[in-house]
Amino acid sequence: MTGISARPGLTKPGYNWRVVDIVVAALISIAGGVIFWAWDQMALVVTPATAGYPPLGGLIAGGWMIPAILGMLIVRKPGAAIFCETVAATAELIMGNQYGTTVLISGLLQGLGAELIFLAFMYKKFNLPVSLLAGAGAGLFCGLNDSFLPWGWNIAYEPVDKLVYIALCTVSGAVIAGALAWLATRGLAKTGVLSAFASRKAASEPVFS
Amino acid sequence: MREALTLRANNALLTRANPLAKFVSVFLITLVLALSIDLVSASTALLGELALFPLAGLTVRLLWQRGWPLIIAAALGGWSTTILSASSGRVLLDVGIWSISEGSLQLGVGFMLRGLAIALPALLLMSCTDPTDLADALAQKAKLPHRFVLGTLAALRLVGLMAEEWQTIGMARRARGVGSQGTPRQRSKAMLGQSFGLLVQAIRRASRLAVTMEARGFGGGRRTWARESTYSRLDVWVLAGGLLIAAAAVLAAQWAGTWHFVWLKQGN
Amino acid sequence: MPGPEAGATEVRPAAISAQGWGWRHSGRASQAIHALDLNIRPGERVLLLGPSGAGKSTLLHALAGVLGEEGDDADETGSLLVDGISPRAQRGRAGLMQQDPETQVVLSRLGDDVAFGAENLCVPRDEIWKRVHEALDDVGLRSTAGGGLALDHPTSALSGGQKQRLALAGILAMRPGLILLDEPTANLDPAGVLEVRDAVGRCLDKTGATLVVVEHRVSVWKDLVDRIVVLQPGSSSSTGGSTPAVLLDGDPDTVLAQARDMLIRAGVWVPGYVPATRPRSGPAGGSGPARRRELLLATHDLAVSRDRPRRRGFKTIPPVPVQAGLDAEVFAGQALTITGPNGAGKSTFALTLAGLLAPVSGTVTAAVGLSDGAGDDPFKWKAQQLISRIGTVFQEPEHQFVTGRVLDELMFGPKHLGHGEDRVDELLERLRLGHLVEANPYTLSGGEKRRLSVATVLAAHPRVLVLDEPTFGQDANTWAELASFLSELLDAGTSVVSVTHDREFSSVLGGTEMRLEPALQGRDRLEAGAA
Repeated sequence: MTGISARPGLTKPGYNWRVVDIVVAALISIAGGVIFWAWDQMALVVTPATAGYPPLGGLIAGGWMIPAILGMLIVRKPGAAIFCETVAATAELIMGNQYGTTVLISGLLQGLGAELIFLAFMYKKFNLPVSLLAGAGAGLFCGLNDSFLPWGWNIAYEPVDKLVYIALCTVSGAVIAGALAWLATRGLAKTGVLSAFASRKAASEPVFS
Repeated sequence: MREALTLRANNALLTRANPLAKFVSVFLITLVLALSIDLVSASTALLGELALFPLAGLTVRLLWQRGWPLIIAAALGGWSTTILSASSGRVLLDVGIWSISEGSLQLGVGFMLRGLAIALPALLLMSCTDPTDLADALAQKAKLPHRFVLGTLAALRLVGLMAEEWQTIGMARRARGVGSQGTPRQRSKAMLGQSFGLLVQAIRRASRLAVTMEARGFGGGRRTWARESTYSRLDVWVLAGGLLIAAAAVLAAQWAGTWHFVWLKQGN
Repeated sequence: MPGPEAGATEVRPAAISAQGWGWRHSGRASQAIHALDLNIRPGERVLLLGPSGAGKSTLLHALAGVLGEEGDDADETGSLLVDGISPRAQRGRAGLMQQDPETQVVLSRLGDDVAFGAENLCVPRDEIWKRVHEALDDVGLRSTAGGGLALDHPTSALSGGQKQRLALAGILAMRPGLILLDEPTANLDPAGVLEVRDAVGRCLDKTGATLVVVEHRVSVWKDLVDRIVVLQPGSSSSTGGSTPAVLLDGDPDTVLAQARDMLIRAGVWVPGYVPATRPRSGPAGGSGPARRRELLLATHDLAVSRDRPRRRGFKTIPPVPVQAGLDAEVFAGQALTITGPNGAGKSTFALTLAGLLAPVSGTVTAAVGLSDGAGDDPFKWKAQQLISRIGTVFQEPEHQFVTGRVLDELMFGPKHLGHGEDRVDELLERLRLGHLVEANPYTLSGGEKRRLSVATVLAAHPRVLVLDEPTFGQDANTWAELASFLSELLDAGTSVVSVTHDREFSSVLGGTEMRLEPALQGRDRLEAGAA
């Protein structure tokens, strides 16, 4: 064992995932799962309300994409959106859900939708507009997955209904996932719990640039 | 509360199969079912799956407890499909945006059964698979990066704790005057505050857990495994079983002439 | 990379040397620890003391090789070496145990968790299991003679003390030459503290490893260590200042004699010293004059549980109570102390009494003097009705923070009630929070958070105050302040119900003690006090 060369993980700190990045990202996603689970327990109200016109369900779809955006805004590493959303989907699979194993594909695709936006900004921008865009990206992919892929629950809808659903998902992704995750990150940065992450100064970063 | 979120290992036959084999098997059935919306393929697969439940250690009672939300969800999915899919055949009901025709009703019922046939094997998979064994298989057999697999597994251990903490934070906030009653706006504000509280605790805990893991030498490129994830003859049977159910579903639907490829319009 | 010692069963005690070492965390202006010169010989057992902010935890993290990375906006000065090598280059040479038992366990099966560290060090499989058995024996979690816990025992079902012993086993399985303990018993009940301390002692005797322990309850570790080092906060930020980090260093008795006053001022629990507190003015025994005994709250045949009733079909199945048949009375101006081992349902009872949990069966009844027109069942009160009648201080202060600023936090209750805002200034001053009004509550120190959580609840002026383990993990200064403040409240007519293991604390408050024993075996461990 020869001294310095063996320092683990001490290459470019910018893009490499440290253990703390992995564990925190995973637990945020899982906590997200717990929050939705509690949400579900409290309000089984939403689903029956949308039974009248089912595409309205897209309005709350953004809730499921919070982990992708929040995870990325906090750890700021390439792949964070995909990783977090996949972990969240795995947690859903373990807790039991109506989509079976296809929930993993949905999670992967939603994560991808957000990831592509962050990639387009070279993982350098994490401000409000980028968060909104990433949320919209996740929502768009969610809508597309549900409407056009074989396991999508809206596969048999008429094209107009599909379009409405996709649009609502995209808006919901931007507002619920994008905006909420951005606000949460700023709040978390103020509490000091993000001191180990690149996002520790998120609260004092400019909103738009 | 903790029990509701953690799966207990049982001693059934299928718990001894490799999680990867089980997963591939379930995924195969899922993909095949996803290709068609029809009554026959879905019900064939459902029957096959129900026959397997005793092997996964699930009793009818347990199945009902875990499964009834899935039935409701599937029924809602079927309803949506019925009212929103293209009409064909005799129109049974037409009120505003709702229209139900013979064709769409058939599609809706098929969709509902298909939803169940896709959801149930996942339930079966998770009730006879310990997350630890799954992680072993994913890292050792599927060769996914072990840092990510084990990091997630360690975080997953805290899910029960998070659920308890959620409840505690709810009470602690009530003791500060933040109630869960009131107008929807007040309630969602309370909900967001409680979620934020949980996130803070999740990040604190995860950061400490990461330190613990690193202090135990975690994070390097290589490691050994105290328990080897292995394949056995049982896994061949698991794969064969999955294949059999998938094939039976397709053949039965073809034979009955009901196979209906998802991307084709109704009535083609 | 397998270390040279992997596979070998001998433990080689580690030597530590620090020369002018300092560390600044990323995002901070000043160094957490500064100008540390310290040499520890192989096999020495050292207790690190010092006020909060002296950088004790930072030092332990550095020795364990887990202290972030330099360059990530953090920086390091001087050198800190274990056996002449950077600790980061030899993870596994040192094992670290932290305070929160929940995060000291990594995996969900007992055996796997012990094996985890050895796996990461690339120890061969047969050797790993040999070590696992040995380590579990050493910490007393599994006797080879049988009767112990199985290797697939779920780690979530362990008590706090057992979890910490499990963590120790995981550390031992790495065969480290250096064992680092960062307040390992601060979250444990008295029985758990001794469990862990004794296990550590046995393992050190067996392996001869070097020990560095940080803990502010000196009496627990004094007999186990042969050297005490007292650290002080660094004085400079960037100027490369003057004060060395080590204030005192020597054998335990000498250091404790020399630094006694300084340690007491710093809030360290020095053996044989109980901080002075304000005495109760009334007879502390609890039986005040009859006219003062105003009943505020009573329980009758109460059964409690944290779980909610489950609905199965049309039937509602009540949860299994953790305690049943509880009768208690809470009087104005009197203390009620709830004691008993972990898992006895103390907190659950207190939370039910406080109107936060629904009784499984039996009743909690508020007297007219307390309910003031809100009905006699506290659980049915609206949140705002509750806080002006019964205030509850939770064990973890952060669970109760609802705003992002200390002042808002204090104003929150009064603002919603529409009165009592004038009391906030008094509380700020009384609990020494005045200089923090603009701070984010989450960024306060442990003692400050505790004081704030008490103040926020009192701002709503409740007649009954319920506290869950208020002195857990607190230093002697916060302890004394809290005890004095509560004794003052009691004399002013507030009744104080506290769940505690702390005998000295309950003797300051006086009043009656209610002792709960675990009623239902088996399930009760889940509720262990480590939450």
